[in-house]
Amino acid sequence: MAELDTSGGGKKGGGKVRTKKANTKVDLTAMVDLAFLLITFFMLTTSLSKPIAMDIAKPDKDAKDENRLELRASQTMTILLGKQNKVAWYMGEAGKETPTVEGFGDIRGSILKNKKKVADLYGNDPKKTLVIVIKPTSGATYKNFVDIMDELNIAKITAAPAIDDENITDAEKSFLKQNQLL
Amino acid sequence: MPRAKVQRKSTSIDMTAMCDVSFLLLTFFILTATARQPDPLKITIPSSTYKIPVPDVDIAKLSIGHGKVFYEVAGKDVKMATLDKMAAQYKISFTPQERERFGVIQSFGVPIQSLKQYIGLRDEEARTKSGLSTGIPADSTNNQLSDWILNSRQAVAELHSQPMRISVRGDADEEYPVIKKIVDILQKQKINKFSLITSAEGGAK
Repeated sequence: MAELDTSGGGKKGGGKVRTKKANTKVDLTAMVDLAFLLITFFMLTTSLSKPIAMDIAKPDKDAKDENRLELRASQTMTILLGKQNKVAWYMGEAGKETPTVEGFGDIRGSILKNKKKVADLYGNDPKKTLVIVIKPTSGATYKNFVDIMDELNIAKITAAPAIDDENITDAEKSFLKQNQLL
Repeated sequence: MPRAKVQRKSTSIDMTAMCDVSFLLLTFFILTATARQPDPLKITIPSSTYKIPVPDVDIAKLSIGHGKVFYEVAGKDVKMATLDKMAAQYKISFTPQERERFGVIQSFGVPIQSLKQYIGLRDEEARTKSGLSTGIPADSTNNQLSDWILNSRQAVAELHSQPMRISVRGDADEEYPVIKKIVDILQKQKINKFSLITSAEGGAK
């Protein structure tokens, strides 16, 4: 193909007839072409991003066990997931505090702030850290839910979050309605 | 005076090394490749910063998107055993060939009544086109999804003596109540722990 004949100049004087040495080089161009084609194919078909699992534990529905945790209002943060990628959060008891409405970009800061507040309040007692209750409402999307779980992971909230989609109080509902989040 | 001869040089490059490298890479990619399975249900999964990979065995996958639910349980033997149990429960008989074919079908979303027809179709493309994939019925009156899950849990327990894990692949834009409905079905079977499948997110830490 692209090879020039560089093997001497043929017959040059002398009488002996030499057997011509066969060129042992194989043209690998085509083979390399093929190999790269296949590499490209496999690179593209391999799913590079392996799916990742996020483990979720929900509270048992008809739990009759007695070891339910009592939560202090001062260490509980409730996050309501509303429409249009908005969340509303409040510390403490429902109805007593006015929730703050935030977007997903700001919630991480609030979580960290509250985490620090609770830690300071209890003198960094590892047993009394911030507990988060997540209440996804009917307006939320699945992505919102995954995102908020992810934020908790990022904020390194050690206490298992309570996912509560059953007991959304009337006060919470009316607040969300007022802010057009439900 | 004789003209100075310009030495002719060969223009061919030695490709041996290149060939070696490319085949090495090729081998690597072939061995690591797990061909991307086309999912019958178009889903964009949300991303998260979690780092736990999903196990490949003894796991059931629920795909939720556009209000439909698709189901898949990993492993050919488990699939076939699950089908047997479902067949017995719904009194539909499947031939050995149909069992074999069902064993290699990926995620599916057809009511059990039209499953026979679905299995009979030639390939994945025909199955997608057939319009049979209306999602697995999961109403309170006709809860086939619950039966599928229960039967495959039993099948996994019998065949591998392992508890089956449940994973949920939800579409990012799916509304929460739809997810909740499916999760409620799981919780009715006392499955309170399950995995949500997300794609890896590089940045935020």
